[in-house]
Amino acid sequence: MEQATGGYRGVWRRLRRNPIGMIGLTMLVTAIVVALLAPWLSPYDPNAVSRVTIMDVYQPPSPEHWLGADDAGRDVLTNFLYGARVSLTVGFFASFIAVAIGGLLGLTAGFLGGRTEGVLMRFTDIMLVIPDLPLAVVIVALTKPSLTNIILVIGLLGWTSTARLVRAQTLSVKQRKFVLRARAIGAGNRYIMRRHIFPLVLPLLVVNTVLVISLAILNESTLSFLGLGDPATLSWGQMLNYAFTRGAMSAGAWWALIPPGFGIVWVVLACTLLGQGLEQALNPRLLTHHLAADRTLTALRRLPPDPAPSSEGIT
Amino acid sequence: MSHEVKNRSPLLAVNHLSVDYVDPPHPPAAALREITFTLQRGEALGIVGESGCGKSTLMLALMRLLPAAGRIVAGSVRLDGVELLDLDEQTMAALRWKRIAMIFQGAMNALNPVRTVGEQIAEAIRLHEGVGDRRVLARRVGELLDLVGIAANRRDQYPFQYSGGMRQRAMIAMALACSPDIVIADEPTTALDVMIQAQILQLLADLRRQLQLSILLVTHDLGIVAELCDRVLVMYGGVMAEYADADTIYNSPAHPYTQALLRAFPDPTRPAQKLAAIPGAPPRLNDLPPGCRFAPRCPYVFARCHMAAPPVYAITPTHSAGCFLVANPQGGAA
Repeated sequence: MEQATGGYRGVWRRLRRNPIGMIGLTMLVTAIVVALLAPWLSPYDPNAVSRVTIMDVYQPPSPEHWLGADDAGRDVLTNFLYGARVSLTVGFFASFIAVAIGGLLGLTAGFLGGRTEGVLMRFTDIMLVIPDLPLAVVIVALTKPSLTNIILVIGLLGWTSTARLVRAQTLSVKQRKFVLRARAIGAGNRYIMRRHIFPLVLPLLVVNTVLVISLAILNESTLSFLGLGDPATLSWGQMLNYAFTRGAMSAGAWWALIPPGFGIVWVVLACTLLGQGLEQALNPRLLTHHLAADRTLTALRRLPPDPAPSSEGIT
Repeated sequence: MSHEVKNRSPLLAVNHLSVDYVDPPHPPAAALREITFTLQRGEALGIVGESGCGKSTLMLALMRLLPAAGRIVAGSVRLDGVELLDLDEQTMAALRWKRIAMIFQGAMNALNPVRTVGEQIAEAIRLHEGVGDRRVLARRVGELLDLVGIAANRRDQYPFQYSGGMRQRAMIAMALACSPDIVIADEPTTALDVMIQAQILQLLADLRRQLQLSILLVTHDLGIVAELCDRVLVMYGGVMAEYADADTIYNSPAHPYTQALLRAFPDPTRPAQKLAAIPGAPPRLNDLPPGCRFAPRCPYVFARCHMAAPPVYAITPTHSAGCFLVANPQGGAA
């Protein structure tokens, strides 16, 4: 019934009262704003050709470089702000691909059932048991490591959990009477899936998308850290990779390592918190355990025992 | 309530319809056997029986909407002489709702909670008549809501903003969207209080007169049948117990089950009379008695009832019953 009470406005109202969700949302919005405003916020142009002397390498934080300089003498703050763009772009696009594939597959399998479901779900299982990261490494290594390729690889490998989740929800929604009614009206499978099942799966898909975004960002950082990132764009993972492979640790340049790490944690945490908050807002029953004694039950227990149950009068 | 039926060739003719539910390792369960009835244009037929006697299965079989495990194993369903069971799925889909519409049991579940009532009523018009213009649809939906006594401006509200009675009215409006010949009403008044129940029945009766509808009313409430129906089909455990006009069913029932059912129902003219419950429970489909399905609970049971299932005997041309007692009123001697 949750879906029925108040629609999306009700969800927003409950989300606003959910501190975890609001913290996550604020953090994510901050990250997005920073990424969008990067050209205006960052003190230097990341693409400008600059003369670098040996003194600029791993220069510690100073009034000119608030977060110091990296192995090439570039401003870390500028890299950090522009890195947010790459990470968020990969996160959004890859998760969009993953959720679209997973949603479509889960919906089709759950709704059609029978052999179609068998084939699609076995395929999902196979994809699920193959470890994502090694496969991603192999694919990216074999193809050109560009941003598009990374987005595609992460998206095409990350849809399995979404497919399982959506299938489960579809199985329960398709049992509802209005699906039979739609069929009686003469609606075909595609129409019923689109107009009747999808709207009820959508809230779940939204929550899932938010969580998949964090996964995608993490995967991108991992790939970049392993040296499989797009060399032309500087993402947070890439920054970590450079810092790690080019002696930031031995140089004691913590400023080259902490900002990108902090950025990754910030966005992943934001998505996780927002996802959790959304989940609770969409399904308020998650907030209370069904066995937890709530106030009404305690109140009932304190009532004095009824001396004459009224049922006796009836029999 | 008597309704003059002029056209003698029936609108809907169901002959010896049988449905199995299959569940591979187990033998198929005989959910419906040899159901035969006709429906004239403008006629209201009541289909009465306990829960699990196959009423809903029968309705779904008529619309060819049985769940995956359901199989129509024999019989015929003719609509205006056209055999529905032979049609391909596409033709059948085009015919559903256009000719036979259905008012589903439990309006809350039959409405999608996240779409407006108006949208859902418009769905049938859009799918069957290809009307895409929003204004035309809005006007048609408004007219339909008006027909069932709901203000047209409530078309943009969601099902949860409707009361129980209104939801049921909206379901009726939805059933009428494509001006069908036959409306199947599957327990249209379940879960409504008596006042709303009376309103809904009145609405159905009015609409029937106004639109020349044929109605198949599925219910377990004999009172509702008496109010609305011309003829009554009493079902028990997936077979026909008795089929006659409403007067005959109420005043001279021939089948022991119909008699017992009527005794279990309050009679306003004799308020002091005790209600008689029927002992036992309806048969389970995977554990049917070998002979007559009512035999284990029948007060007049005799040896033959346990050995063979009785055929449906015609008592008069318009009254038939599936009981050996009808063929041989002496009973036990046979």
